[in-house]
Amino acid sequence: MRLGAFVTLLRVRALPVIAVLLGILVLWYLGAVWLNAAFAYDAAARSGTELSFSEMIAQTMSQKRPVLPAPHQVAAEMWKTIVEIAPTSKRSLLYHSGITLSSTLLGFVLGTALGIALAIGIVHSRVLDRSLMPWIITSQTIPILAIAPMIIVIFASQGITGLLPKAFISMYLSFFPVAVGMVKGLRSPDAMHLDLMRTYSSSKLQTLLKLRLPAAMPFLFASMKVGVAISLVGAIIGELPTGAVAGLGARLLAGSYYGQTVQIWSALMTAAILAAVLVILIDIASRAVTARMGARP
Amino acid sequence: MTVLEASPAIGTEVQLSSEPVIETRNLDLVFQTADAPVHALSDIDLTIGKGEFVSLIGPSGCGKTTLLRVIADLEQPTGGTISVNGMTPHEARENRAYGYVFQHSALFPWRTIAKNIALPLEVMGIDKAERDRRVEENLALVDLKGFGRKFPWQLSGGMQQRASIARALAVQPDMLLMDEPFGALDEIVRDHLNEQLLKLWARTKKTVVFVTHSIPEAVFLSTRIVVMSPRPGRIHEIIDCDLGEDRPLDIRETPEFLAIAQRVRDGLRAGHAYDE
Repeated sequence: MRLGAFVTLLRVRALPVIAVLLGILVLWYLGAVWLNAAFAYDAAARSGTELSFSEMIAQTMSQKRPVLPAPHQVAAEMWKTIVEIAPTSKRSLLYHSGITLSSTLLGFVLGTALGIALAIGIVHSRVLDRSLMPWIITSQTIPILAIAPMIIVIFASQGITGLLPKAFISMYLSFFPVAVGMVKGLRSPDAMHLDLMRTYSSSKLQTLLKLRLPAAMPFLFASMKVGVAISLVGAIIGELPTGAVAGLGARLLAGSYYGQTVQIWSALMTAAILAAVLVILIDIASRAVTARMGARP
Repeated sequence: MTVLEASPAIGTEVQLSSEPVIETRNLDLVFQTADAPVHALSDIDLTIGKGEFVSLIGPSGCGKTTLLRVIADLEQPTGGTISVNGMTPHEARENRAYGYVFQHSALFPWRTIAKNIALPLEVMGIDKAERDRRVEENLALVDLKGFGRKFPWQLSGGMQQRASIARALAVQPDMLLMDEPFGALDEIVRDHLNEQLLKLWARTKKTVVFVTHSIPEAVFLSTRIVVMSPRPGRIHEIIDCDLGEDRPLDIRETPEFLAIAQRVRDGLRAGHAYDE
């Protein structure tokens, strides 16, 4: 019975993911051959040798600085920098991931708190609704790449460097989906439920705690998933102007200085995996909460 | 048209056998809408005595729900006076004078049935032990013993509505305001709940104001029936419904019952006649 359920779960949930993953890998290999072939032919021409098709294929898979590294090259680099090198070393991707992750999480927590606070204010005050909402939307139209170095500079002039400025950028990005989602969520209870609370002469705070917030939970988790992913983006962008000290962003920057495409791609893949793990964790939390809140299985 | 002429007299001169709990005089309510003001209630004179079961019946747009909402302080009248338990509706609401039952159960889907019934008690700041006691007591009262830990979606529509009645009763109000509480249920469930409600009323002696658009339901349940007519919403006629306290379902086949039902139907028709 349980095994059957597990197999069904595997077939329903895992199979589509695996199919897409295989598709991406095939496209990636084709892309690597196509993009790296020019260099392979050039090198052969310079040394005056002819390349057979299979030799060309082998060449494109093993270049030192390929235009597009093949998946197994990235995997090997990741294995080396994540598993083989001690996590305390500055050459370890785990070390850099940890630094990026800490500012991502701090920024995400601050951003979520700010987003919820703004949404509560907006839902309860017409003045805040009219005055804040346009600015919240405007804040996201400013390119983050332009404003991130300014934030870093301003913080640095006050002697604050490291975690906090990066977390601030993450917060700046992640409060937005939470604020917008929570405004909608806090307004989602229907008129009958609001009337019901009114017949109890419930205070605004009681209505918020017992009706609006529980009703907003699905909205909160949906926007937190978006929020945590862009928090990570924010943290990486925050690391770019810090002069490549530490973090996945610094690793990307260092890779591009030295044309280390394999290093760039393995940092990118690590960031993507990190984002996926964070989103999955929020999804698990969301399922746990909705199950507690009596959702239909 | 004799009925129409005679009707206001029936309404105002009725002798209440108990002290009045709801009194309205010349009550008016005009909704300001985008295109034109809507006269939802016009010149409503109604006195409801303690322990009465009064039904408000009429076609849609006659203001029966609006009148109930004014009594509950969910709408503000634009003219006339109204008192509930000798207070303004606002004070009565703050004093938790009534329990309100909506057309749909309006249970919170994230709370168990027991937690839903405890909701008004939590808002009132009643301690946990007393909350648990009242939840159990009222679950039993509506025949839902043992369903406290279920979530609303695990119950049928009729059971959900019973839970919402238990929630209204948990406040221990003197008065129940019910807005078409069984309107969304099928006829068999509705009959059953009507019987249960009648028993509940006989046992608790609460004042009930009941909005419905079903003539048999109104006649079966009520001690008095207020027939309302639309545009503007007003009281067309008030009909006494003295079928006694013991009302089995098959009372609906008796000549007395059918005579009252006929009077209600005539009233509804007369009130609606100018509309066509």
